[in-house]
Amino acid sequence: MNFSPIWAIGITAATLVTNREVPLNIIAAIGRLFLLFCAEVGRVALFLKDALTQGLTPRYYFSQMALQFFRVGYTSLPVVALTSFFTGGALALQIYTGSSPATAGQLVPSIVAIGITRELGPVLAGLMVAGRVGASIAAELGTMRVTEQTDALVTLSTNPFKYLVGPRLLAAVVSLPLLVAIGDTIGIMGGYIVGTRSLGFNGFSYIKTTVDQLHFDDISSGLIKAAVFGFIIALMGCYHGFNSKGGAQGVGRATTSAVVSSAIMILAANFALTSLLFGKH
Amino acid sequence: MHIELENVRKSFGPKHVLNGLSLKVEKGKSLVVIGGSGTGKSVMLKCILGILQPDSGSIKIAGENAVGLRGEARDKFLARFGMLFQGGALFDSISVWENVAFGLMQGRHTPRAKAREIAMEKLVLVGLSADVGKLYPAELSGGMQKRVGLARAIAADPEIIFFDEPTTGLDPIMADVINNLIVDCVKRLGATTISITHDMASARKIADDIAMIYKGEIIWQGPAKMIDRSGNPYVDQFILGRADGPIKMDVLKA
Repeated sequence: MNFSPIWAIGITAATLVTNREVPLNIIAAIGRLFLLFCAEVGRVALFLKDALTQGLTPRYYFSQMALQFFRVGYTSLPVVALTSFFTGGALALQIYTGSSPATAGQLVPSIVAIGITRELGPVLAGLMVAGRVGASIAAELGTMRVTEQTDALVTLSTNPFKYLVGPRLLAAVVSLPLLVAIGDTIGIMGGYIVGTRSLGFNGFSYIKTTVDQLHFDDISSGLIKAAVFGFIIALMGCYHGFNSKGGAQGVGRATTSAVVSSAIMILAANFALTSLLFGKH
Repeated sequence: MHIELENVRKSFGPKHVLNGLSLKVEKGKSLVVIGGSGTGKSVMLKCILGILQPDSGSIKIAGENAVGLRGEARDKFLARFGMLFQGGALFDSISVWENVAFGLMQGRHTPRAKAREIAMEKLVLVGLSADVGKLYPAELSGGMQKRVGLARAIAADPEIIFFDEPTTGLDPIMADVINNLIVDCVKRLGATTISITHDMASARKIADDIAMIYKGEIIWQGPAKMIDRSGNPYVDQFILGRADGPIKMDVLKA
C-alpha cells in the first residue's frame, strides 16, 4: 500500500466522522503514519548507502561534475546574494529598534555579522537552493526515470548512481559553502548600507566593530552547516527523482516532496548542528 | 542456448508479475514475445538486464549466470547488450550523435572523434542523414526518435539486442520501415534478439520464433510460421484480436 501521509490523515478524518470508535482510530492513524515514516526513512537510508558506495566511488564523470557545479553553484548566486542582502538590511533595522541609542553602534554590526554567518546565511541559502536546485534535480531525474532514460543508461554500461547522483552530491556539497561565503559578505554589506545610510552610523567604526566581533568559528560553523545542507538538498532531490512513478503527476509529486523534505531536514539539521557546535558543553 | 531463463519469479508486494517464466533463445535467433499489457513482458527484460532482481529462478547468458552481478562483472555483462526502448529513452540534454555514441564514449572509452564517426555511420545505417546528428532529440519526430534509438542500441555492436515495443505509436508505414531496419541490422550483426510487442504484423516480420506470455508465464513457444496453427486458444484469441475467448480483460461492464 502506497499511501501518502496526507491521504492517511484524510482517510482517518473520514472514518472519524462515520465511526464511533474514535479513540482507537486516532491511535491507528498515528501508528500508520509512524510506520509510513519508518519505511520512508529505511528507503532513504538504502538510497544513501548506494549513493555513497556507488555514486562517490570511481569512475568519475568530470564533465558532469563541472556541469552540475555550474548549475548548482553559479546559477544560484543571484538568488542567494539577494536573499542575504535584504536579510542583512532587515536585521540591522530590527536590532536598532531593540537596542538603546548608546549600545546600538556596537550591537547592530556585531549581531548582524554573527546572525548572518552563524544562522541566517546558511539556513536561508539552504532553503533558497532547496527550492531552486532540489526541485530541478528531482524534476530532471524524475523525468529521466519515467521516460526510461535511467534504464537506458544501464544498458549503455553507465551506472546511474555514478553518472547522475555522484556529480550532483559533490557539486552541492562543494558549492553551498562557497555560496554561503559570498552570501555572508553580501549580508553584512546589507547591514552596513542600512546602518550607514539610514541609521546614521559611522562607516569606519561599523566595519571595525564587525571585524573585532566576528570570529573564525562564526564563519566556519556556517560553512560546515552549508556543506551539510548541500548534501541534504542533492540527496533528497536525487532520491525523490529516482523514485518517481507514473507520468507528469508523479514527477510533480517527486518535486514537491524533494523541496518539502529537504527544507524540513535543513531546519532540523540546523538545530542539531547549532546545539552541537555552540551548545553548552 | 544463448539466453536461458528458468522458472523466474518476480513479485511487487502482493502482485505476482512473473510466475515461473521459462524461455530459451538460440544464438543468432530472433524471438518475439507477444502478450497483452501488464503481462510481465517489460519486467522480464529488466530482470535479464539486472535492472530488477528476480525473486527466484535462474537466468543464463551463454551458459553464465546473470543474476546478482556486481561491479566489473556487471559492467562486462551489460556491454554485451543493446536495447531499444519503447519511448526511445533518448537523453534529451545531449545531441543525437552524442546519444548514439554514448555507450561507446562512456562505457567503452572510445575517443570522442572516433565515437562520432561510428555514430554518424550508424545513423546512415538506420536511414538518417548525418546532419540529423547535430540536432537534439526533442527536434525529431517519433519515427526518427525510434531510429536514433535503434542506432544507439546497435552502436557498440552488441551480441544481444532487446526491442521493447519497437513499432508502438508509429504509423503502419513507419512501423514497417522500423521492422525492416531491425531485420537488416540484426542480420548484419548476427545478434540474438528478444523483442516484445503486441503488434502481430511486426511479430511476423521480425520473428524466427514467437512466444506468448500470459499472467507471467510462457504459455506457448514455437516457430513464427506455426503461429497460425498453434492449437492454443489463448494464442488464437490474441493473434486474431478477439475480445471473447479464454483471456478475460479486467473491464468493468456498466
